[in-house]
Amino acid sequence: MSLRGKAAIVGIGEFKPSRYTEGATTLGMLVEVGRQAVADAGLEIGEVDGLITENFAEAPFMAPSSVVEYLGIRAKFAELVDLGGATGAGMAARAAMAIASGLCETVLCVTGTRREARSPSGQRRSASSGYAGRRVDRTPYSEFEAPFGAIGANYGYAMIANRYRHEYGVTPEQLAKIAVAQRYNACHNPDAMFFGQPITVEDVLNSPVIVDPLHMLEIVMPCAGAAALVVTSAKKARRMKRPAAYVLGAGEQTTHRSITYAPSLTHTAIKAAADKAFAMAGVRRKDIDVASIYDCYTITVLLSIEDAGFCKKGQGGRFVDDHNLQFDGDFPLNPHGGQLSFGQAGTAGGMSHVTEAARQVMGRAQGRQVKKCRLAFVNGNGGTMSEQVSLILGREP
Amino acid sequence: MTEQTHESAGAAPASTPMPYNKPLPEPTPVTRPFWDAAREGRLLIQRSKKTGKAVFYPRSVSPFGPDDELEWCEASGRGTIYTCTVARRPVAPQWANDPPLIIAIVELEEGCHLTTNIVDCDPDAVRIGMPVTAVFEAVTPEVTLVKFRPAD
Repeated sequence: MSLRGKAAIVGIGEFKPSRYTEGATTLGMLVEVGRQAVADAGLEIGEVDGLITENFAEAPFMAPSSVVEYLGIRAKFAELVDLGGATGAGMAARAAMAIASGLCETVLCVTGTRREARSPSGQRRSASSGYAGRRVDRTPYSEFEAPFGAIGANYGYAMIANRYRHEYGVTPEQLAKIAVAQRYNACHNPDAMFFGQPITVEDVLNSPVIVDPLHMLEIVMPCAGAAALVVTSAKKARRMKRPAAYVLGAGEQTTHRSITYAPSLTHTAIKAAADKAFAMAGVRRKDIDVASIYDCYTITVLLSIEDAGFCKKGQGGRFVDDHNLQFDGDFPLNPHGGQLSFGQAGTAGGMSHVTEAARQVMGRAQGRQVKKCRLAFVNGNGGTMSEQVSLILGREP
Repeated sequence: MTEQTHESAGAAPASTPMPYNKPLPEPTPVTRPFWDAAREGRLLIQRSKKTGKAVFYPRSVSPFGPDDELEWCEASGRGTIYTCTVARRPVAPQWANDPPLIIAIVELEEGCHLTTNIVDCDPDAVRIGMPVTAVFEAVTPEVTLVKFRPAD
């Protein structure tokens, strides 16, 4: 069974990313952003009969039922998705799967991350907090990686970038251009974290190197936020007579948790995910009007462009040189600014690539609307190029 | 510049050595032989009986299928840098004084990859393909981490 045209995104909820939240609970944020998405779809909350959430610290188990209860719905399908940055795209795919299988008709997908400026002990949050004190993780990662300072995501992507440079070559300017184009886009999106703050290639290259070869402006800034989707059956979407983003194709591939054990650092699982999504949708790469590609780092985008098939392996640098990646350019990429310039609110950052692609094909992207936008390619990337979910969204089923 | 290590022997004699505060591995029954060997200055890895391929990290079942078994073998400790990076900022609060910290994936000559630190190496000189050799750093009485330095 194919998912092609079986379901559509009909509602979007999204908070403007912020650096910190004060006193908000994740559960509260998920419910608020979820209700926003349901209202956006013009539906009643009682029409929602499926719920997909991510896991969050406050509900270490039974997260889906916690959200269901708080929302006050009866879910025929309640699901947890744990695919890191690919969670948002994975939710959209799973919602379509549940709907296509007849389990339910309208699924609400919620992601959200709070971020207190101070820890419960009152300590000022440091930029590099995180893994340090956690004792819950007992995996090969915690045993064989964390002791060496292999903590957070920066180092892994830096090692990928260096390996890519070694095998194929890409200039710092080419990578910087990705960040600059996305910042241009963010300057047309008042909801973006970095709205009103244009940057140049020189700015990127003059920003401090955090982990060789990645500069600060090539690395996402963590923030707080939330994002939600309402996905419903194509039948119901057509009846609703409002703009919809139909799920035309989906594909996934997961290969590793730690980059140490990735089958390849330069040939990623995106290829398998994207090939599947394109085949299911029955569309060609050149038919795509907008690419909404997970961008935790500039190198992620370069690898995604190649492995999703928009250019040949090793030609990513040249592709960036040869194309205008702005929303008004010839290869519109991440019109909302990408997470690099919109902000990375945990998995809601990954979800922003889905919400943006949906807005674009619905024609609701206002000052950053890509012209004649009918087909979007979305890629969600989790872990260190570990979990890949590709989607094709279209204006028509 | 020389990578700072965290052996108490390396601390300034005038000050009390700081207790080791970085994350420590918690060996499991399966991985225990690796950590016991590391304490003795030996690098123990597993090998697939079926394919002869080296396997890291230690595991109870083979990644090459149910008809395979893994056996322990001692690695030479020689390898090359498959990829690396130099963290110019602390990766976490416990590494506040460590940058520049070289994090690398080393390809052992037996064929498997592991993540480690490269020590006794100029961060500006570290390169993919550089030959390296294992060094054993006792960070606590129980735990010895296997790091690497440029081969002579």
